Amino acid sequence: MSTILVVAEQRGGSMKKTAHEALSQARRMADASGGRVVAVIAGSGIKGLAPEAARFGADHVYLADHSDLADYSTEGYTLVAQRAFQMSAADLVLMGASAMGKDMAPRLAARLKLAYLPDVVELTGSGALVSAVRPMYAGKVRVSVQPTDGTRAFVTLRPNVFRPLPVEGRTATTEAVDTAGLSIRARVVDTRAEAAGRVELTEADVIVSGGRGIKGPESFAMIQELADAFGGALGASRAVVDAGWIDHSHQVGQTGKTVSPGLYVACGISGAIQHLAGMSSSKIIVAINKDGEAPIFKVADIGLVGDLFDIIPKLTAEVKRIRAS
Amino acid sequence: MKILVCVKQVPATDSRIKPAADGITIDPAGLEYVINPYDEIAVEEALRIKEKLGGEVVAVGIGGARAEEGLRTCLALGCDRARILKDDSRLATDAQSVATLLAAIIRAESPDLVLMGKQAVDDDQMAVPSMVAELLDWPQATVVVKLEIAPDGKTATAEREIEGAVEVLALQLPAVISSQKGLNEPRYASLKGIMAAKKKAVEPVDASTLGLADSLALVRTTAVSPPPPRPEGRRLDGDADSQVRELVRLLHEDYKVI
Ligand SMILES: Cc1cc2nc3c(=O)[nH]c(=O)nc-3n(C[C@H](O)[C@H](O)[C@H](O)COP(=O)(O)OP(=O)(O)OC[C@H]3O[C@@H](n4cnc5c(N)ncnc54)[C@H](O)[C@@H]3O)c2cc1C
Ligand SMILES: Nc1ncnc2c1ncn2[C@@H]1O[C@H](COP(=O)(O)O)[C@@H](O)[C@H]1O
Repeated sequence: MSTILVVAEQRGGSMKKTAHEALSQARRMADASGGRVVAVIAGSGIKGLAPEAARFGADHVYLADHSDLADYSTEGYTLVAQRAFQMSAADLVLMGASAMGKDMAPRLAARLKLAYLPDVVELTGSGALVSAVRPMYAGKVRVSVQPTDGTRAFVTLRPNVFRPLPVEGRTATTEAVDTAGLSIRARVVDTRAEAAGRVELTEADVIVSGGRGIKGPESFAMIQELADAFGGALGASRAVVDAGWIDHSHQVGQTGKTVSPGLYVACGISGAIQHLAGMSSSKIIVAINKDGEAPIFKVADIGLVGDLFDIIPKLTAEVKRIRAS
Repeated sequence: MKILVCVKQVPATDSRIKPAADGITIDPAGLEYVINPYDEIAVEEALRIKEKLGGEVVAVGIGGARAEEGLRTCLALGCDRARILKDDSRLATDAQSVATLLAAIIRAESPDLVLMGKQAVDDDQMAVPSMVAELLDWPQATVVVKLEIAPDGKTATAEREIEGAVEVLALQLPAVISSQKGLNEPRYASLKGIMAAKKKAVEPVDASTLGLADSLALVRTTAVSPPPPRPEGRRLDGDADSQVRELVRLLHEDYKVI
């Protein structure tokens, strides 16, 4: 029987959506081939997360609970995941391609000599025989990849692509992972959160982005209001990041973030190839631009040619109205 | 302090990328290559640390003739030495094999700090820095937007970007650091630098001295394809009021996203 190990990310005691996505994908693959799903959770005071892992698909949960694991560290969390891999004799490892996944998964893959298949958008196969599709060149092409013969794979899943599917009443057994011998040479001493309560770009279901067409930094208040009306996150083109209107953490594109929300609204963004690269895998794209020839309209599902200063306040009011009703 | 920076050549970000006729590689026709944008940031950071604390900066790349061009630019920018591993026997075809070769070169050079880009914008793997750190058994800080090296060169403070927050790490050196945009603004090569670089050579690394023979790759590419086409879009006409009404109706009733 094949075993899929999911490295289930938590931060501050809450399990991340990317962990739900990975657990449910593992469940689907295990159900298709008669395998089992095991999860590993590292942290401090995290035992209560085991039932949540079970709901999303785990049969068995390895828990590493230690005060030294309260904050994420590459070395601490990698060691725990390595131990769970060895305890479970897994054929395949899955994790979300989050900041944490992108930092620790390649380290663990190198340690265990696993084929590293990062940021995939399609995953098929069973046991160690998997095949994955991942975007390259920021989505300008896709590549199909497989482990070489006899190699097991560590796959990270692009956020927002694989569907999380909780099933009430599902339960899992648990087991403690030995936390002795943690040696952490790079340690978190502080975490500075951005404005609290704001949705993060790569996790958002809706993104509203502003470009040079918004004319000045003060207009980001208007863009933020529309994003808030949708319950979404704020994005930006590089032009306005370079102009200093907004922080780089909001930049979407080849040298910013790659996003795949359910809805992407581009306001006053021309649609340069580097911007399109970061957002063209969004499910629905809306473009608001006064230039009907702007390249953004080539990828837009719905295009509004017009002045964004007219359209956006009206749109914000209308979205608020619908969502309130 | 001795600093080693890893530098890769990638197609310019405004390139149109198409699958080649063989179906498993990229069509190289018409592509213009540049230093990976994040590696430019890594080189700049290395030069700034050297300017502050003294020492030496060595740039290293794996690749063909193109990699040599990038390394030449590194010399013009102020790197003291540059080394290239010409990968003629194609040992390095995936992140794991690149990391293994880089780690072997780094062991031989034994620097106090290794800087890389957070990601090469061709394969977009974001893998090599963490893998090299593992193979060397060094600590790591990836996606770093601020870096402070202690004057004694033994420890560092690094700020790294995560979802919606910045993590501040205290770490021991030697370590591998990967750079994110925002760490610094890279300089341009000066005419003086370009002239000085002409007198310097990009030193070859003899692959046979690294003690690695067979292909190290663990990942095989089976196809390269264009992204799935997006469905034909539609334009909404009329004044702003009717455009907005129709848009919200579509999002609510047809697409069900609100
Ligand atoms: C190495 C490299 C990497 C890059 N990486 C990225 C990246 O990651 N992300 C990124 O976004 N860019 C990136 N770029 C930059 C990219 O090439 C473009 O310059 C940038 O995306 C343009 O930003 P923009 O669309 O906001 O501005 P512009 O191209 O100036 O477009 C502004 C748009 O606003 C419209 N507009 C103006 N006024 C109004 C109005 N009142 N109402 C409605 N519409 C209006 C205009 O018609 C125009 O289409 C990169 C470039 C390089 C060289
Ligand atoms: N062939 C290479 N030669 C030198 N450095 C490389 C090479 N491939 C990757 N790197 C380094 O590793 C970083 C991350 O690359 P990647 O993991 O491929 O996204 C790059 O920004 C470079 O600093």
